[in-house]
Amino acid sequence: MPATLAAYSVVAVYSAITVYVIAFIAFALDLSKRSAIAQASAKALATPAQLTVGGSGAGTTVLEKPSAVPSVRGKASRYQRTGYALVIVGWVVHLTALVLRGLAAGRVPWANLYEFAMTGTAIMIGVFIFIQFYRDVKFLGAYITGVVVLLLGLASVNFYVAVTPLPPALQSAWLVIHVFVATLGTGFFAVGGGLSIAQLLQTRREAGGLTRAPFLATFPMAEVLENIAYRVVVVGFAFWTFTLMAGAIWAERAWGRYWGWDTKEVWTFIIWVTFAGYIHARATRGWRGSRSAWLAIIGFSAVLFNYTVVNLFFKGLHAYSGL
Amino acid sequence: MVSRTRSDATDAADGTSTRSDPLRPSDHIDSAGPIDDSVTQPRLGPLGYVRFFWRQLTSMRTALILLLLLALGAVPGSLVPQRSSDPNGVVAYQTANPQSFKVLDSLGLFSTFTSPWFSAIYLLLFISLVGCIIPRLKHHLDALRAKPPKTPARLERLVGYASTTTTTDAESAIVQARSLLKRQGYRVARYDTDGPHPSLSISAERGYLRESGNLVFHLALVGMLLTVGVFGSFGYTGQRILVQGEAFTNSLTDYDSYNPGRFANENSLQPFQLRLDSFQPKYLFQDGSWSPESFNANLSTRVPGGSWTKQLLQVNSPLSIGGTQVYLLGNGFAPIVTVKDPSGKVVYSGAVPFLSQDANLTSAGVIKVPDGLAKQVAFQGFFCPTPVATTTGCTSLSPYLSDAAVLQLSVFTGNLGLDKGTPVNAYSLNEDGLTKIAGFRTKVDGLQLTKGKTAQLPDGLGSIEFTGISRYVSVDVHHDPTPAFALLFAMLILGGLLLSLFVPRRRVWIKALPGKDGRTRLEYAGLARGEDPTLARAVSELVARHGQHLDGVTAEPSSDDPPTRT
Ligand code: HEM
Repeated sequence: MPATLAAYSVVAVYSAITVYVIAFIAFALDLSKRSAIAQASAKALATPAQLTVGGSGAGTTVLEKPSAVPSVRGKASRYQRTGYALVIVGWVVHLTALVLRGLAAGRVPWANLYEFAMTGTAIMIGVFIFIQFYRDVKFLGAYITGVVVLLLGLASVNFYVAVTPLPPALQSAWLVIHVFVATLGTGFFAVGGGLSIAQLLQTRREAGGLTRAPFLATFPMAEVLENIAYRVVVVGFAFWTFTLMAGAIWAERAWGRYWGWDTKEVWTFIIWVTFAGYIHARATRGWRGSRSAWLAIIGFSAVLFNYTVVNLFFKGLHAYSGL
Repeated sequence: MVSRTRSDATDAADGTSTRSDPLRPSDHIDSAGPIDDSVTQPRLGPLGYVRFFWRQLTSMRTALILLLLLALGAVPGSLVPQRSSDPNGVVAYQTANPQSFKVLDSLGLFSTFTSPWFSAIYLLLFISLVGCIIPRLKHHLDALRAKPPKTPARLERLVGYASTTTTTDAESAIVQARSLLKRQGYRVARYDTDGPHPSLSISAERGYLRESGNLVFHLALVGMLLTVGVFGSFGYTGQRILVQGEAFTNSLTDYDSYNPGRFANENSLQPFQLRLDSFQPKYLFQDGSWSPESFNANLSTRVPGGSWTKQLLQVNSPLSIGGTQVYLLGNGFAPIVTVKDPSGKVVYSGAVPFLSQDANLTSAGVIKVPDGLAKQVAFQGFFCPTPVATTTGCTSLSPYLSDAAVLQLSVFTGNLGLDKGTPVNAYSLNEDGLTKIAGFRTKVDGLQLTKGKTAQLPDGLGSIEFTGISRYVSVDVHHDPTPAFALLFAMLILGGLLLSLFVPRRRVWIKALPGKDGRTRLEYAGLARGEDPTLARAVSELVARHGQHLDGVTAEPSSDDPPTRT
């Protein structure tokens, strides 16, 4: 029975990947449609209007008034709506795969690299969907489905392992909490990273560059992107702080010391400090804007590095890739 | 110290008085701007230099650079094995790359986290932190007692501006506003103005917890550093192999290895006893190999004056005995052997822990018999619980004990080096000065013993009997006074962070202007202090709430388009 459940889980994973790929295509078509619209309206606008940002001295932002910059907003395109609907369908299938895997294993489905990837990408999509309730960031659809397809595909092809029971060191409620919260944090960092990339591109466009990516004209202004990115990353940071602490508690229980500079601990620390740097950069004159965006991207890259390279190639107590 | 350059006179007009704002380093994004005295003073006196460097050290930019250096500096700690967490890895690295080892070692890379340069980074960071936080703390304590600033003359340009008119008189409307805001957790102050256009107003501010949280967060970081760095040195760790039936007393001499912290002394050892009664491992066979499922060590413990009590020790659940923790580390087999001289007199008898070499508990060990035989004798070899033979010995197919379990030994004679009084590793044999008289690469075959069997030693030295098999576990004994404090500071760090990131700090104003027509005109607006995405919504909710307490309210169309959220 567990074996059949596990097999169905694999089928569901591949189905989810397929749906995400189609969603990715839809989002990509949406971007090209946006490019077309942007070019058309750029022609229509004889003189680009000036950027106005409301503020009351000394950086106390009162409000960003709706600006009349050459940015084009319209109703979501049909492609985008299709892409987003597919993301939701894919996500449901993806969650089914997780549940099946969990049932097959008789435990939470995040105990080896394949399962980390499976759960982590599900959370990335979950965060992406969740954020839509506060703020429409569907323009990131191509990025997020792209990243997820890449990670989930790589994990399924290269890191697949059969269901195994947990080694004694992992049999702890702290595993459930620590790893789950870490993946939650990762989901927010992933979206934050995407927004920061968009912010950097948008900054270049606003400075007159990047004429080959006209769809950017339909994205929010760089400063707005930066503000959303900040809010998303900060949530991720709170989760990551908790991860660090839950990990220490778990290490205390399992190995008798709460901090020992094990490879994985070192990387968790590096990531935490990098994002603390990002938050500081946002508050430091001369660092807000592109420089802080780079830090958010570096931070998310460190997260990916931690999950992949560190898990696979670095020696340490946390040798749980299951490979 | 760091002066605010905005004057309160102009602030009063737009309501952005900074008196109750958190104090920030001068290069903070919300701060007025760099203080130019470093530029305008061409020559600095010695004190000037000190102040200049101090201000540099406590600036946001320095904190940021140091944070990034800290992250970067930690990277080598994951690339190169560390003495603290992986001493064997360091030795292996030295053997494999003696050349690059020297270079890396001189840079302190094998103990990155205690190296001078890494310490320099975090010490500077924490000095900067303390220097940054003390003035902020003082300022914030004052701000906590200050009144919200004066209501600005014109609210129109502020966030969420809205105005309504009501038939309720101005005084009652403002009294209502005051109690409404108080209930919402605002600190309130009333400011009335006379003149041709008299107005009554409430100025309200909330979110002081944002700065409190930020200060708690940064202070708790300092607390954590002190806890781990200073307080942690009072602890110790020790390792010990416990063979079934044997009692261990927590004293210096009873440890196999003992690592005291810098400030630990012998008196920190609580005198308790441990005994392993039995050990029950469970393994699972899957995809052609065995993996451990659970390890249960049944221990008895005793504190002075008490009696033995039974306790279960498992991998994830340490025993706690009076502030000292006992962790289950490893386990294995301890073959019991009896060595006799040619006359049949027992010269050695006991269980000897063999260290496991693989997941199936192929185990290696050494038995030393210094006294009682014609020569000093040592045995070295393997124990395989479920054996298959190999050219050099045996290897085990399963971690479970089978009837075929075999003990394979080579025999050495010569000087065991035990008389010199220098400590010798009980689990390895220094073959210098020893002669191998039986086993691989000698003329005599090694000894092959199954349980209950006896073998004669070469040269008529005597005999050895494989009497039985015991289990052993290795335990790690920790005394660390810090976890409770570390946990406390961790909670303060997390709590402070959450407050500081998610509590919005904002001001709102409600102003009532008595009109000539008998109606009262009300104005509402807010001002964010720092990141506050929901301010506009909060103000419009306030308008609605307040309206419920008033009579005959009509909203006035705002001159602008309604501001949109970002
Ligand atoms: C041990 C190193 C440090 C770490 C890990 C750290 C971390 C953080 C984090 C995570 C935040 C955002 C959360 C919050 O607002 O409380 C923050 C904010 C802040 N930190 Fe630090 N910090 C460190 C050192 C410093 C130092 C040395 C300074 C002074 C120069 C400083 C000044 C500030 C300020 C002013 C803020 C508020 C930023 C804002 O207005 O948004 N921090 N810090």
